[in-house]
Amino acid sequence: MPKVKVDGVEIEVPQGATVLQACELAGKEIPRFCYHERLSIAGNCRMCLVEVKPGPPKPQASCALPTSEGQEISTMTPAVKKAREGVMEFLLINHPLDCPICDQGGECDLQDQAMAYGRGHNRFAENKRAVTDKYMGPIVKTSMTRCIQCTRCVRFAEEVAGVEEIGAIGRGENMEITSYLEGAVTSELSGNVVDLCPVGALLSKPYSFEARPWEMRKIPAIDVMDAVGTNIRLDTRLREVMRALPRLNEDVNEEWAHDKTRHCVDGLLRRRLDRAWIRRNGKLEAASWEEAFATVAERLGGAGGEDVAAIAGDLQDLESLYAMKALLRTFGSSLHECRQDGALFDVSHPAAYRFNSTIAGIEDAKAILLVGTNTRWEAPLVNTRIRKAVKHGARVFAIGPEVDLTYPVTWLGDDLGLLGRLPDEVGDRFRQGGPAALIAGMGALTVRGAYEGARAAAAALGATFNVLHTAASRIGALDLGFVADGGIEAIRARAGSLKALFLLGVDEMDLSAFERTFTVYIGSHGDAGARVADVILPGAAFSEKHGTYVNLEGRVQFSERATHPPGDARADWSILRALSDVIGRPLPFDDLDQLHAAIGAEHPHLREPALSVFDGLPAAPAMPAGLSGTIVYPISDFYLTNPIARASPTMQRCSAEILHGETFQEAAE
Amino acid sequence: MLDDRDRIFTNLYGFQHWGLKAASARGDWDDTRSLLALAQDDIINIVKESGLRGRGGAGFPTGMKWSFMPKEPTPGRPNFLVINADESEPGSCKDREIIRHDPHKLIEGALIAGYAMRARAGYIYIRGEFIREAETLQAAVQEAYDAGLLGKNAAKSGYDFDLFVHRGAGAYICGEETAMLESLEGKKGMPRLKPPFPAGAGLYGCPTTVNNVESIAVVPTILRRGAAWFKSFGREKNEGTKLFQISGHVNKPCVVEDAMSVPFRELIERHAGGIRGGWDNLLAVIPGGSSVPLVPAEQIIDAPMDFDGLRDLQSGLGTAAVIVMDKSTDVVRAIARLSYFYKHESCGQCTPCREGTGWMWRVMERLREGNADMAEIDMLWDVTKQVEGHTICALGDAAAWPIQGLIRHFRPELERRIRDKQGDALEAAE
Repeated sequence: MPKVKVDGVEIEVPQGATVLQACELAGKEIPRFCYHERLSIAGNCRMCLVEVKPGPPKPQASCALPTSEGQEISTMTPAVKKAREGVMEFLLINHPLDCPICDQGGECDLQDQAMAYGRGHNRFAENKRAVTDKYMGPIVKTSMTRCIQCTRCVRFAEEVAGVEEIGAIGRGENMEITSYLEGAVTSELSGNVVDLCPVGALLSKPYSFEARPWEMRKIPAIDVMDAVGTNIRLDTRLREVMRALPRLNEDVNEEWAHDKTRHCVDGLLRRRLDRAWIRRNGKLEAASWEEAFATVAERLGGAGGEDVAAIAGDLQDLESLYAMKALLRTFGSSLHECRQDGALFDVSHPAAYRFNSTIAGIEDAKAILLVGTNTRWEAPLVNTRIRKAVKHGARVFAIGPEVDLTYPVTWLGDDLGLLGRLPDEVGDRFRQGGPAALIAGMGALTVRGAYEGARAAAAALGATFNVLHTAASRIGALDLGFVADGGIEAIRARAGSLKALFLLGVDEMDLSAFERTFTVYIGSHGDAGARVADVILPGAAFSEKHGTYVNLEGRVQFSERATHPPGDARADWSILRALSDVIGRPLPFDDLDQLHAAIGAEHPHLREPALSVFDGLPAAPAMPAGLSGTIVYPISDFYLTNPIARASPTMQRCSAEILHGETFQEAAE
Repeated sequence: MLDDRDRIFTNLYGFQHWGLKAASARGDWDDTRSLLALAQDDIINIVKESGLRGRGGAGFPTGMKWSFMPKEPTPGRPNFLVINADESEPGSCKDREIIRHDPHKLIEGALIAGYAMRARAGYIYIRGEFIREAETLQAAVQEAYDAGLLGKNAAKSGYDFDLFVHRGAGAYICGEETAMLESLEGKKGMPRLKPPFPAGAGLYGCPTTVNNVESIAVVPTILRRGAAWFKSFGREKNEGTKLFQISGHVNKPCVVEDAMSVPFRELIERHAGGIRGGWDNLLAVIPGGSSVPLVPAEQIIDAPMDFDGLRDLQSGLGTAAVIVMDKSTDVVRAIARLSYFYKHESCGQCTPCREGTGWMWRVMERLREGNADMAEIDMLWDVTKQVEGHTICALGDAAAWPIQGLIRHFRPELERRIRDKQGDALEAAE
């Protein structure tokens, strides 16, 4: 641990720290544009200059300079200030200074640092440089004249996203950042370059000219687009969510979010169910809450036991799941199921269905076997972690159809029978030591016997067993015991005898078996589930309710309400509470606190926001004989996986352009 | 005055053939095996004792540079020698003469230097525009391979050394050592951050030494004739012989080998036939290629041409590319043209150089016509100071120094042009 002096104060810094990190440890703020903690060091903006002794008699770029014992670092000398002012002047001479019409205004690094190091007047009497804008796809809008060539976006695309599609062409003052052949950047993480860009060169296209940062309320929330539980911040103005940005959480999403997380929010105002509907003579008719409740109560009259069932969708919060389960309990029914995709696995112990390596922990793995999971689409931020592991020397094997996961993968084939006869190289690699992981996805677990096969294979390889879920509500529902013996098929088999079936935001499954069943759909969007429902009760989307979510590793996270639900829509749990009164089976909670207390009393680990670790995974079952089956990945279109995304024009366009090769004419400027 | 028998480059003017046979007759490849029988550290020590300083411009002691290389390279991380033949500095043309007329001096030097620094292979990065020279060099390397002087058991010494000729694509910045490594690896020629220095992590992340062509080509002769012989030329710390490239307003421009520290007057009189129009007609000299500041006539005439002597004049020896300008020269235009060169060749990686070179050139263009404000001279000086020392590589410095030299020595000329122009404007307004 070297000791260095920063502005006369001696501090101890970790081995290998840079001078910039040492200054930060000492509490000194060092201005920077190109440096970013999660990207490689470029050292090209020259804003972070400091004086270092011993060393050459000129200022040094602190981001790239390693610390050494006895260094004396000066961050505030007149020479340093002059050097930084010089760099700032150079950055500004060709910058358009069009802050009033720039979307970055108010959250711009260049603007902020110009306050500290700007000259206040202009000595540059020549013409400014203009740069033609580049096309980077439906997410990223460019305004390249503002670019300061920090190359953060280039490094992000190459190092984190794993697509080498952004680069710099030309040299000297003609250097320009562009995407490959000016095509759309085909990464599901492309939106992150907007956050990384320290100026207004790369901007969010859907958010263009929509709002200013200071006029929005910023609400911490949890993303429900996949099971990772990305920590996000919803920026809202009036009743509209203007944008979603990632929040820092080293254990979950670091500081990234994928494009669906960021840009599904324009689906929150479209195709909404904002009033109750009742199907009369085959047609849905608008109704009031009273009428809708009366209809449901009428059909539930005399129901008992297994006459009532419920299926939960992918975006549900713990509160509505618990309320649903509690309502069914009043009938004495345990016909509730959350695995609408038909997956089958052991639910007796939490470790049996969780991502036990943890998201951050998968980075340390030395050998990984993917079974039926396209991690790039099912959990992009888990995929970036695996990519990191690969960079640190991990080897990845996979069973499933070949896809581009942005890192080298040894594809073994797409038949599940391979689990029982893995090639020797797999076993050799797993036995070389270091943490190892087997990740089973829904592409495999929907095949009978695959779960047992994956467990047996993990045990044989000495690997940690992980399940990669795709639904935000899944682990929470499983922890609550929102499952039925025999899975979704058990409910389907009883379709004829059910008096009522509650669909809690169910839009991703084949509901044709329930055509003659009385179905009540509670959800936010008019999608597949609403189409077949007999009564529609308008619920709230994830941004419109306080909710608790459990991510795929078992981390309990609270999401706050950013806006109110539109029209008559209400938070799902409160709908169920109100309904319970109408049918004369009142639920024992009247507000959110009582509901949380009830959940906490029954499931202590869901009481506090934390990662609850469950040891003692039961012994692995034997490898099932004759296991076989072809893997089909659960996600066929990354951008359109749930009702909110399907309602979002941005996601529709991403799907059409990036996945289906459609071209869009940009409006001429 | 250097005797003919003390010249290292005996075929500098191409009077004889460049090939292996003629080169052997001139003494190249003469019992190279016995030179390679010396211990590696002994060779490094001889080069250190000879006082040889890098001929690429910075003047870093060559022997010391070699001694930074790991003594025991591992097979997975071999040492590499890279020879910088990307001679692109305006005014400089010595490496070209060596390569086209005396390539075997370079190749033999590469073998010996490679052996001394325990290199597995050497790369000669030759400037893209040197088409004939690259052909000659490639042919010479092939000759050496065919004669068993390179490759496995090179020159029967038991040492394996491969030498590759790599052609650049014509970017000045690729002459910067780390940009050259990037370019060799197939990437964009942009300088790397230092540290780590190439001796720690260079080509493909392996320990690498980058040397100028001339520095490598003189090594065999130093070993054959001894460090003391080489050290006998020039002043202390500036020893040896040097190729001077005299261009501009002299009667006979030439490339010539002479002892270091030769006075400027003697160099010009003896080899270049004097200044065009006599010594009174001399205006200024850029003594070391475009990137060093110019020196006005009265200061340079009796100055010794070496690293320290020219440093004392706030200039530098650089590559010893002596650009002579007589009084017919539009000195502002000359420096403005150099500014354009640096603006054109800036790689664009770091801010001060990317933005500063263009700014400086544009101001220089206006100063050339006097179309500027008097205060802009000081502003330009300030801008050059904002570029100098703040960049990743030395191109920023190289762009700033010529302008600083101009302002330092020719400020009255700049002011005269501005006054004249303003005078014109006044008349026009009346």
